[in-house]
Amino acid sequence: MVLAVRDLAVTRGGMAILEGVSFDLSPGEALVLRGPNGVGKTTLLRSVAGLQPVEAGTVTGAEDQMAYAGHSDGLKAMLSVTENLKFWASVFAVKDIESALHSFDLIELRNRMAGTLSAGQKRRLGLARLMVTGRPIWVLDEPTVSLDVASVALFAEAVRGHLRSGGSALMATHIDLGLEEARVLDLTPFKASPRARHMDEAFL
Amino acid sequence: MSLWEYANPVKFIRTTDKVLPWIWALAGVSLVVGLIWGFFFTPNDFRQGSTVKIIYIHVPSALMAINAWLMMLVASLIWIVRRHHVSALAARAAAPVGAVMTVIALATGAFWGQPMWGTWWAWDPRLTSFLILFLFYLGYMALWSAIENDDTAADLTSILCLVGSVFAILSRYAVNFWNQGLHQGATLSLDKEENISDVFWFPLLVCIAGFVLLFIALVFLRTQTEIRARRTRALLAREGQA
Amino acid sequence: MSALLLRDLVLSIRAGGGFGLGLAFFLIVTVLVPFGVGPQTDLLARIAPGILWIGALLACLLSLDRILALDWEDGTLDLLATAPLPVESIVTVKALAHWITTGLPLVLAAPVLGVLLSLPLPAYQWVVISLALGTPALSVIGTFGAALTVGLKRGGLLMSLLVLPLYVPTLIFGAEVARRGAEGLTVQTPLLLLAGISFGVIALLPFASAAVLRINLR
Repeated sequence: MVLAVRDLAVTRGGMAILEGVSFDLSPGEALVLRGPNGVGKTTLLRSVAGLQPVEAGTVTGAEDQMAYAGHSDGLKAMLSVTENLKFWASVFAVKDIESALHSFDLIELRNRMAGTLSAGQKRRLGLARLMVTGRPIWVLDEPTVSLDVASVALFAEAVRGHLRSGGSALMATHIDLGLEEARVLDLTPFKASPRARHMDEAFL
Repeated sequence: MSLWEYANPVKFIRTTDKVLPWIWALAGVSLVVGLIWGFFFTPNDFRQGSTVKIIYIHVPSALMAINAWLMMLVASLIWIVRRHHVSALAARAAAPVGAVMTVIALATGAFWGQPMWGTWWAWDPRLTSFLILFLFYLGYMALWSAIENDDTAADLTSILCLVGSVFAILSRYAVNFWNQGLHQGATLSLDKEENISDVFWFPLLVCIAGFVLLFIALVFLRTQTEIRARRTRALLAREGQA
Repeated sequence: MSALLLRDLVLSIRAGGGFGLGLAFFLIVTVLVPFGVGPQTDLLARIAPGILWIGALLACLLSLDRILALDWEDGTLDLLATAPLPVESIVTVKALAHWITTGLPLVLAAPVLGVLLSLPLPAYQWVVISLALGTPALSVIGTFGAALTVGLKRGGLLMSLLVLPLYVPTLIFGAEVARRGAEGLTVQTPLLLLAGISFGVIALLPFASAAVLRINLR
């Protein structure tokens, strides 16, 4: 399934921030979004994930094909690592959680309550959730926050495995994951000129 | 020319600017004429004495309290279906006016009820329904002011208005079921036999017209204010300052 | 869907507050009433059905903001919105979980608390039946209120202001069933009306709740 973004314009807090963003993401590909803070990486990813309406342009191929991981991991402190994963697995009708636990080195933590995990361990669990969605397109917002070097390597390996099996990944990140095959898209040139939102133009 | 053209904010302001002075003037004249006529040139009721004259404020304000909510309901539906901003803003503008009308109806009712029923307040179905209507107005206004994003607020309050309308009707029937009241029957009814006599009827009609016009004028004015506030924010956004 | 229900139930047992808090609040309200109105048995017996209904309603209201706020804060709602679950079923399951953890215990506790208020003997069955029929409506209406205010800081007070007027018809018919039952009158009419409201609300309101939740999630 090819994710196709065409002439996308997004707004944040009533301000246009990005416009004219277009790219394709084919199976087996990874695309890294770059740009300074506030350029609109998170907003763009949320729009691609369908979590907020787009101002203009189209996103095709994402619906029901996409797993989103944002700043929050959606973990429940009072559930164990296994229970957290099992919940998401059954929401997405996936049976196997062992390979996800294994890929993110969570086997030894499997019976710990998520609330007792460190920030980095929680993040690993949050990322392991992607593997139990069974969805081909991963949309990741700063996936490596709080991860140490070893965990970043685990994550990069998981992404590589996902790409090899025909998946794709769209992510916003500052650090180099060592994914040679990943393309990079700098969002700075797409910065929108200051103007009111489309919705507000009638008022001018 | 389609009616929907007035849904354009700029066009709405231009048109209402032209008609507003006339509406104000007509509202003022109707209210002055209706109230003076009603207060000084109608006979006292043979049972209720001069207290009956509060009817010239009580009935029109009660009518407008309900009609304002109906107008908000229609405006909310238009916003949901056609997404005209003026519609959402008009609904927002009408809410405080409707709430004040509800308070006036309740207060004049209390002043009237004291000499007539010997009590300021009774849990009569009509009185109770108006109190509940007032609570709905409060919730609606509170939701509008709690949400920062204008379109989100318009969407949420529209749905609240729809759901609230259904529950307001349910409450009306529930309250009727719960307590048979003291309140007299409808002052205005299509069944002419039940109506009050013509001496009271004509000044009352003038007062109602005055309240309707006053309501329209206030809603136009408040909608203009809302539109201008949105316009200011849009201009700031265009300059990148918002 | 069953996974979501199961998770909510497990969480409310482990995190406390689910089963316990609402019940404790119900108990406290019931205990406070005699302090307020005096200990005369005949007076208490007369107002007991209404007090039990008000207490249950307030206990229900108290726990409404937990329905969606926790899942909102930790990002679960965003993730659920991208999952293959319709939002309508999410809010329905959430309301069901709220009823099981809050409404059902209240129904079961009501006869016990009725003893404290010298509830007349014929009223017990009608208090339980009316609460059993009415509390699902309270949960579903409450979920609508929770969905309306989910993104707001300090949304709890606003939610009470929005939800309480919506509770009026349920309260009137529910308390009327209990009151008539206590007086040995026929309860058929208010009972049917209460059932009508409950089923109507359960059938229709989740669509409105889902609509406002979608708006709040974007």
